[in-house]
Amino acid sequence: MIIEARDLTVRYRSAPADALEGVSFGAEPGELLAVTGPNGSGKTTLLRALLGLLPLRRGVALIGGRPVGGWARDALAREVGVVPQREEIVFPLRVREMVMLGRYARLGPTAPAQPGDRDAVARALARCDATQLAHRRVDELSGGEWQRVRLARAIAQEPRVLILDEPTVSLDVRHEMELFELVRQLVDDGLAGIVITHELNLASRFADRMLLLDQGRVVRTGRPNEVLDRDVISRVFGWPVAVTTWCDGSPQVIPLRPAESSTESGKP
Amino acid sequence: MSVPRNALLGVGVTAAILLAIGVGSVRLAPGEVIRGIFDADAGSAAIVRQLRLPRVLLAFMVGGSLGLCGAALQALVRNPLADPYLLGLSGGAGLGAVAAIALHAGSAWAVPVSAFAGAIGAVALVYRLAVVSGRRLDPRVLLLAGVVVGAFAAAVMSAIIVLSDAPTLRNAFLWLLGGLGGASWQALGVFSAYAALPIAVLFAKARSLDLLALGEETAEYLGADVERTKRLVFVAASLLTAASVATCGIIGFVGLVVPHACRLVWSPLHRTLLPVTFLTGGIFLVLADALARSLLPPLELPVGVVTALVGVPLFAVLLRRTLA
Repeated sequence: MIIEARDLTVRYRSAPADALEGVSFGAEPGELLAVTGPNGSGKTTLLRALLGLLPLRRGVALIGGRPVGGWARDALAREVGVVPQREEIVFPLRVREMVMLGRYARLGPTAPAQPGDRDAVARALARCDATQLAHRRVDELSGGEWQRVRLARAIAQEPRVLILDEPTVSLDVRHEMELFELVRQLVDDGLAGIVITHELNLASRFADRMLLLDQGRVVRTGRPNEVLDRDVISRVFGWPVAVTTWCDGSPQVIPLRPAESSTESGKP
Repeated sequence: MSVPRNALLGVGVTAAILLAIGVGSVRLAPGEVIRGIFDADAGSAAIVRQLRLPRVLLAFMVGGSLGLCGAALQALVRNPLADPYLLGLSGGAGLGAVAAIALHAGSAWAVPVSAFAGAIGAVALVYRLAVVSGRRLDPRVLLLAGVVVGAFAAAVMSAIIVLSDAPTLRNAFLWLLGGLGGASWQALGVFSAYAALPIAVLFAKARSLDLLALGEETAEYLGADVERTKRLVFVAASLLTAASVATCGIIGFVGLVVPHACRLVWSPLHRTLLPVTFLTGGIFLVLADALARSLLPPLELPVGVVTALVGVPLFAVLLRRTLA
């Protein structure tokens, strides 16, 4: 397993309860795992614990079989590329410069960028359909373009694992679909992918497996049709839902209006 | 594209230095300045070599160092309004230096050490204040804390000066206003000795600063050792500020204005930005000092007054753009 969590348990200082409790899972190359759950269920905490940014109360996160704490940050960045949820733009770079930051873990502090690095940047831009953006300033991009550029930066790291935290928040349908299609292709080409997302229905269609978190614990894990159970989803999200099946076989969650929940039969 | 800009910068450095050496109670044409530098028997040699050259070179080194500190601190706290002055480093360093002078421990080598202790103390206090207000460090609160700590340091400095004996008071007060009147080859040597290592450290951290400017979490994911980088940069900036303050008092706004201009004209990437900021900061203070010496002859304005006159309006413009 290229990335693995065993019994991850985290408690923030002065918090009464664990933010994560005994979370275990793993991802293989060529596999897309969707981590989902209500707001505050511990999804981003899980990401930070997995990447060694939080002290663990219990358990271990393994990257390439080694505990994450034993990795130097630059060595880790060559294995795992992350697209974090938020990022401020204080000093706006050009897109090409921004993607080149993904090469820093391979460049070291002083060596100038080599042709190989520029090639990697060009490939990453092409892969994310962002070549034509290369000379734009990052503070002038649309939301969808900005996400593609940040994904390109993670690809330029040439990692074996790709992790995205809520990558489609505030994107419209087209950009949302484009991003998930792109991530799916990258995973099919051999990356291990982890996507943290609120989009249950997209997760169901794109992910191989899902992990449902609630209050820091794993409620269910497995293939989308094992996780997206009507009663489980209704209980975890605190809202009645119906679950139907799209023609590709993926379960789709439909939140119900109050009048519908009394007569709901599980079919639209 | 960048070759003419770099050539222009080189010409700018040379021209500013030659011009500034020529300015003063005895005006010297650039030809006389060059003869004075290279020919020991020239009529202008004494004035150029003993008085003006060390002063102009010191102004260049201090201006460059302050600009460099500003650029590094702005990336570190992700705020284009940060500089050693507004973050309280200069105030802390000033307090440390005044304390050393008041205790009659004011040798050329001891004052920077005491100023360094003051600057580090100020950074620690500013950080502490900024973190208390919330769980995560807010760059805006950090700046506010810097201004508060700077004001506090200034108040304690005033108290020490007033309570000291007369000659000490006069010395400390003159020095506090910021000025290169005390420049000498020895002062230049002391400054360079203290400044060389922190300058090298900041240059070596250029790429880490690119990453830190994106935010600490993103920087970690891209391979930066964030805590180590922060410690190194804060210590290096404190040492550099302390050396500047100990040599020529508190000079504000160089670290604020210069990096901003360089980011616009060159690049926000620190491998380019840091060296360019150093050279431009040098030019800026050399010219500001020349202005301070020639504006109201035979009086000499403190150079800190000139940098503030230029810096405050620019700060106002920056503030509007940042908040817009």
